Amino acid sequence: MPVNVISSGIMTTIQDLGRPGFFHLGIPMGGAMDRLALRAANLLVGNDEGAAGLEAVFVGPVLEFTEDVTVAVCGAELPPRIDDEEQPAWTALSIRKGQILSFGFLEAGARAYIAVSGGFSTPPALGSRSTYAIGALGGVGGRAIQPGDTLPLGQDRGNARPGTSVPNPLRRLPGSPAELRVLPGLYWHRITEPAQSGFFEDSWIVANEADRMGYRFRGGRPLEFVPRQQPYSAGSNPSNITDACYPYGSIQVPDGTEPIVLHRDAVSGGGYFMLGTVISADMDLVGQLQPNITTRFVRVRMGTALAARKNRSAMLHEIRELAA
Amino acid sequence: MSRYTFGGDEHIFVEVDEEMSLEAFFVSLSMTNAVRAAGIDGVTEICPANASCQIKFDPDRIHPDALLDRLQQLEVEADKTESRLETRIIEVPVYYQDPWTHETLMRFRDRHQDPDGTDLDYAARINGFDTVEDFIEAHSGAPWFVSMVGFVSGLPFLYQMVDRSRQIQVPKYLRPRTDTPKQTVGYGGSFSCIYSVRGAGGYQMFGITPMTIYDPEQEAPYLKEFMVFFRPGDIVKWRPIDRAEHDRLIRDVEDGCFSPRIRDVVFSLDEFNADPDGTNARLMEALYAG
Repeated sequence: MPVNVISSGIMTTIQDLGRPGFFHLGIPMGGAMDRLALRAANLLVGNDEGAAGLEAVFVGPVLEFTEDVTVAVCGAELPPRIDDEEQPAWTALSIRKGQILSFGFLEAGARAYIAVSGGFSTPPALGSRSTYAIGALGGVGGRAIQPGDTLPLGQDRGNARPGTSVPNPLRRLPGSPAELRVLPGLYWHRITEPAQSGFFEDSWIVANEADRMGYRFRGGRPLEFVPRQQPYSAGSNPSNITDACYPYGSIQVPDGTEPIVLHRDAVSGGGYFMLGTVISADMDLVGQLQPNITTRFVRVRMGTALAARKNRSAMLHEIRELAA
Repeated sequence: MSRYTFGGDEHIFVEVDEEMSLEAFFVSLSMTNAVRAAGIDGVTEICPANASCQIKFDPDRIHPDALLDRLQQLEVEADKTESRLETRIIEVPVYYQDPWTHETLMRFRDRHQDPDGTDLDYAARINGFDTVEDFIEAHSGAPWFVSMVGFVSGLPFLYQMVDRSRQIQVPKYLRPRTDTPKQTVGYGGSFSCIYSVRGAGGYQMFGITPMTIYDPEQEAPYLKEFMVFFRPGDIVKWRPIDRAEHDRLIRDVEDGCFSPRIRDVVFSLDEFNADPDGTNARLMEALYAG
């Protein structure tokens, strides 16, 4: 029995953990920008962690349920309401046939994840239900949800225990200012030492151009390049390189002015130098940044990146235990 | 030896050369083929590019330093072994100076180096051609290597198989457009491309192909196997077509009865370096024989 979409918010898409394996053809892995939040929501409703849920940006959808299910909303602080009554987030909630799930105003973060017991069972594309709108893959006909859509649910209902809640220390959102840990590398040598230190000293502001493909930042000092004769085929701007692959999380700075952090729907390559990469443990946080949030980039080494990754895995492990 | 650098804790980026060349591309392609063949546990994505490549991995399964060592070892082993490539050559019809890219380039003239001409006028002039027709002849004469597939879904970057002195070079738009027709044949730096989907773009626009190259519905017979047509290492020959043929091919594509001309070929980099024109002539024979 499907879920009826009454209102779709600004941009609400079906997302799971994505479709790795096709980046060499320009098809990004996609999937939830805040993976820990999607996993938590799924665990609370008794789904596999990788089941398809909804990713709502800034504004929540209004959904009507046509059967009794369990839902959970994790990630951004976007208060869920059932039949207009406010409910706790990060908590397994029972919802009955005919009831309406809606949302209050966004209080913190950027993306809320809505999991429903059974998971959304729209047709997968290349092994994933994640919506990749540029390539018209996954989701509902390759696009975000719209009013009037009916979203099918899977029949495999796990054992949700309504009332189960993820405690505060395990709810991860960016601090103030937001801090993103970065491993310098790639074409780091292309900028001068003062530019290298300046990048980490300056405060940056999230620009309006912030979406699933990438986040743009502004407000820091322009980066100065090490002078060179541009290599053949690289293009004339000092920020140009011979078109190459872009890592997820890599930070490119076209013309040395506004850094762009590529995210889950990244373009797979292009002709701009990159100065480093946001570590994997902090990619979830990028997806929770709103425009105008002050952000600092923090320089780390590989050891710190791997330790942070372990910490994040430990948080997930705790969530698994409490939802089991 | 290539330059190795970490892209965070999940990627190793390998820069074969700062400059594009067929040699650098072959090293990149042979590296990625060797990594794929090695079946290294923890490797999740293997992406060749023009003169570099990128390996994505799961650091919970393989330590970044261990993978780095392994890749450097593979580069030593793969050195030169792949200068022969078994691949395919494909004829791609192109309607140069078509009305759709023309309408688009006029709409974004304020973002172009030459607001008074077309993209083709500009490209022909700065590359020393007397006429646009001569330029089109050079663009569609010698074949091209698909040196990278990406940016967005299935978009091929192509590098022409000619001596550097004959390479066409055209800068990208001063500021990117917000629109490009689907299947536009574009040009930026020393690369051609085909825009697989409609969208933003900074490459000069020369024409359009009626051939679908990306389709999640996989309706074309030649996309049944996979929704993306091109693969790195493919060789492409552009064939100029006129409006009448374009319209006919569009109908064939819609009816599901268009298939590009494709032949299997073996390409040897050493043979090419010794005699580029002779090698290209043999490729053309293979494409048009039988």
